[in-house]
Amino acid sequence: MKKKYSIFALVKNSLSYHENWQRAWRDPEPKSRYDAVIVGGGGHGLATAYYLAKEHNLKNIAVVEKGWIGGGNTGRNTTIIRSNYLWDASAGMYDHALKIWENLSQELNYNVMFSQRGVMNLAHNQHDVRELKRRTHANRLNGIDCEWLNVEQVKKFCPIINCSPNIRYPVMGSTLQRRAGTARHDAVAWGYARGADAMGVDIIQNCEVKGIKRNGDSIEGIETTKGFIKTQKVGVVAAGHSSVIANMAGLRLPLESKPLQALVSEPIKPIIDTVVMSNAVHAYVSQSDKGELVIGAGTDSYISYTQKGTHEIVEGTLKAILELYPIFSRLRMLRQWGGVVDICPDASPIISKTSIKGLYFNCGWGTGGFKATPGSGHLFAHTMAKDEPHALNEAFNINRFISGDLVDEHGAAAVAH
Amino acid sequence: MFIIKCPYCGERDHSEFNYGGEAHLVRPKQPTELSDDQWAEYLFMRKNIKGLQYERWNHSHGCRRWFNVSRDTSTDKIHSVYKIGEKPSK
Repeated sequence: MKKKYSIFALVKNSLSYHENWQRAWRDPEPKSRYDAVIVGGGGHGLATAYYLAKEHNLKNIAVVEKGWIGGGNTGRNTTIIRSNYLWDASAGMYDHALKIWENLSQELNYNVMFSQRGVMNLAHNQHDVRELKRRTHANRLNGIDCEWLNVEQVKKFCPIINCSPNIRYPVMGSTLQRRAGTARHDAVAWGYARGADAMGVDIIQNCEVKGIKRNGDSIEGIETTKGFIKTQKVGVVAAGHSSVIANMAGLRLPLESKPLQALVSEPIKPIIDTVVMSNAVHAYVSQSDKGELVIGAGTDSYISYTQKGTHEIVEGTLKAILELYPIFSRLRMLRQWGGVVDICPDASPIISKTSIKGLYFNCGWGTGGFKATPGSGHLFAHTMAKDEPHALNEAFNINRFISGDLVDEHGAAAVAH
Repeated sequence: MFIIKCPYCGERDHSEFNYGGEAHLVRPKQPTELSDDQWAEYLFMRKNIKGLQYERWNHSHGCRRWFNVSRDTSTDKIHSVYKIGEKPSK
């Protein structure tokens, strides 16, 4: 039985110098057989396991993770959450996630530090203005809060932005989604892990999948570094490594895995209380609760699994940051890192069944998966449990690449790729 | 970050080059006879290999010529460079 986190638990545990807190999740050895196995212990995978156990009453579930939970892209992103996507299918799916975010800390009894500080998307030319106004209207028709700010309103909402008309790419306006914001990325993985574990889900770390055993067109189990696990349902949530797992099952996916970089500055006093993104000059920035500026850079053009990007990508982003925020010119950057993101040709994810019975993929989140974590897990759990998609992820099936019914979100994906 | 040896210009920083995706994808000879499945295979489905990949690069800030490279995508180490139309050396 999991003990609830509360002010009383905090006081009680402080009396024993915080040495007797219960483990947040167990460290079990894999059983020989599960009803369902999730491959990948990131936020999306753990959320999937959580909702499978909670809403679909599957209790005999394992999450296998080759490293440690939340150690991949869940711990490498810039923690931005928003739902201001253009098309109806995306709006429905991303706003579903945003609505879950709004009560997630209470639901998980785990503080995911969700902060609805607003997200701005800046326009720097006439085309941006038209495109972003169009997106504002599309969002509002879909019941998603979105406002258009003119330059004066931009300056008022975020005073440190350089709104001079004389810069190379002047700010000509912005969208603002006030319900959008950020959350603590690790906490999301840990909260879902703790919640799933409490319902009996086995979270097995340091366990890499080496093969997928098929019997004709159905799944028999997976080979792992901790032995063979028998199961008839496998949900792959392996982000940048989705194609690697797909290849094991003899499938090909429409994905390319590329390095995406981010960096943080030294911590400073509060200076930016919102998230500002800019597609055109390719820079986005927010400030963490520790005071660091969290800056997102772009993807490199070539396939790589190295978790390293190139310097010119960082240089380009920092040039844009400095032009938009001259006040940051003396800041030093503390850390820089890369993650491997799996990018779909239409910049939308795949949450789908496959041609193999019992094998499901949740992938292709590319540069913007973090925001969708709770919704993605919720919809993928539904897809796996019922063997059919939820109405909200029907459009994100893998067959759209055959039918041509793509969900082109390159404009709203924020990172040009 | 890596150095690419252009078969025409020699060693240059990779920032002089543009990546052109998986190599040796052959455009179907009779497009009108293809099913939607086959088109999807050609247009969208990729090996996305972790390991040795054959890929195309263009020396866009140099001689502007296309060529092929075999590179290990798990380390970014380049194994060989060869011209368009040639087969990779194993």
